[in-house]
Amino acid sequence: MQATSHPPRKARSFPTHLLVFLAPAVIVYTLFMVLPLIDSLRLSFFTTTPDNKEVLNGLQNYVTLFTDSLWAPFFQNALGNNIKFFIIHMVVQNSIGLLLAALLVSKGRLRGTYRTLIFMPTVLSVVIIGFIWNLILSPLWGVTDGALKAIGLGKLYQPWLGLESTALTTLSLISVWQFVGIPMMLFYTSLIGIPEELLEAARVDGASSWNVFWRVKFPLILPTVGIVSILTFVGNFNAFDLIYTIKGALAGPNFASDIMGTFFYRTFFGFQLQLGSPTMGATVATMMFLIILTGVLIYMFVWQRRVTTYEL
Amino acid sequence: MATTAHSLHPSPLRRRLGSLGPHLILISYTLIALFPIILIVMNSFKSRAGIFGAPFQPPSAETFSTVGYDTVFARASFGTYFLNSLIVTGMSLMLILLIGAMASFALSEYKFKGNALIALYLSMGIMIPIRLGTVGILRMMVSLNLVNNLLGLILVYIAQGLPLTIFILTQFMRQVPGELKDAARIDGASEYRIFRLVVPLVRPALGAIGVFTMIPIWNDLWFPLILAPGDKTATITLGVQQFLGQFVSDWNAVLSSLTLAMVPIIILYMIFSRQLMRGITAGAIK
Repeated sequence: MQATSHPPRKARSFPTHLLVFLAPAVIVYTLFMVLPLIDSLRLSFFTTTPDNKEVLNGLQNYVTLFTDSLWAPFFQNALGNNIKFFIIHMVVQNSIGLLLAALLVSKGRLRGTYRTLIFMPTVLSVVIIGFIWNLILSPLWGVTDGALKAIGLGKLYQPWLGLESTALTTLSLISVWQFVGIPMMLFYTSLIGIPEELLEAARVDGASSWNVFWRVKFPLILPTVGIVSILTFVGNFNAFDLIYTIKGALAGPNFASDIMGTFFYRTFFGFQLQLGSPTMGATVATMMFLIILTGVLIYMFVWQRRVTTYEL
Repeated sequence: MATTAHSLHPSPLRRRLGSLGPHLILISYTLIALFPIILIVMNSFKSRAGIFGAPFQPPSAETFSTVGYDTVFARASFGTYFLNSLIVTGMSLMLILLIGAMASFALSEYKFKGNALIALYLSMGIMIPIRLGTVGILRMMVSLNLVNNLLGLILVYIAQGLPLTIFILTQFMRQVPGELKDAARIDGASEYRIFRLVVPLVRPALGAIGVFTMIPIWNDLWFPLILAPGDKTATITLGVQQFLGQFVSDWNAVLSSLTLAMVPIIILYMIFSRQLMRGITAGAIK
């Protein structure tokens, strides 16, 4: 359409203004995003000698990361924890988000208010959220303890953030609490896009609202399910702030809450007795890149091809 | 729609009762979302005894105290942090919108060789997080002497914000009718003038994208921690994080600084929540 409406321009004036419009974005993006990323990937094949020279190291950094007894257990631990972190988000955050969105759709006048209020924690900094929950769950303040006692469940209380067995799950749930607004909004947007006639037709046929939701609405919003999943995946495998705020770079207790982001940070900057290493840091970052890339490619080439998008 | 819907559904009374359940769930969840925030704000105005003695009660004449705020104002340079955040977020946002609008205009307006390729190249950054290039970014900033310099942060945030901005704005600019631009061209307007003509037409989209790229920049901990950890260049998020780490046992100060860090964002959010929701919706079209 564009070609037919403005045929002469293409020939008339290619370079200068096009360059002026495009160059700033392409240059800044290339210089500060693409090149550093490529530089990081490149560095993962190098190592630093004691006199601070970079020498080619082949795949040795990766071999170290996967097999060295000082690295491999930490890498596997961080990766495993990160997968758990992701699964909890997928199951808890996205189901609650879907439920809230489904309820919001029918709730007329008040839905704007609910939506705004439920979304509020999402706009706050992860640092603030982390500290808030750290205080609330703290045995020192005793707020959670007190609240549980008040409803007769006092025995349930434990310092969840401090226990090796519960720290990661607790942190994941804090993150779920903060970000549930995002899947809620995305699901809500796609649910209100479904034409009323379609739903009416199903209701006339006698379908219950449960059936209408799962048989009619849900298949129609499958593309959004995919978007929510990939956003969750990328966000989770890139997470850092919450764990760092609550548990510090050591992601304690005993690395029980260590995920790829905190592992990357420690590797790059060092901690306690271990010196930071840019090249090993780059290796961890490259692994994160490959994980995220795999997720994105699966989403683009498997999910998006399989799922039928209905034009609504 | 309303009339047909009515005839198919149970009586209004039953419908009203039936809709009570969803309301209950929504109200409960709203409370779950707000309660922790309210608890912190409420307790920040209480004395230490009040915080520990009756955490769930609002401040009373006996427990009211602003001692936490006094500590925060005396000990932390929140003014500097706040200003730094304002500069970094403001400058980044302005430049993201300007540079992004220019690129989107080029991509939506002109047919040229490589258009689709450049669009694809720029949109890769939507899914690949910029943090993965941190090692390279820090090395570059060291060599450019931009560590502990707000400019370094601004440049990184522009690169971070551009991909999604361009992706969304290009779609909006495609919808601007061609007749308008052609009429201007016939009147002899330059391409730059046409750009200035188009930008106001996509203002709602600019607003939405603005709010929604601003939040992650304001809230970011990673890049301030790595690129600008100095006290003079700390942003509010980093400043709060460091302050809280130091004053961890001073509950009054901790609660007050959390409140101070939250309130501006909550106020801005209340004002701009519609733009934000629109931004999220627009971002979801992809």
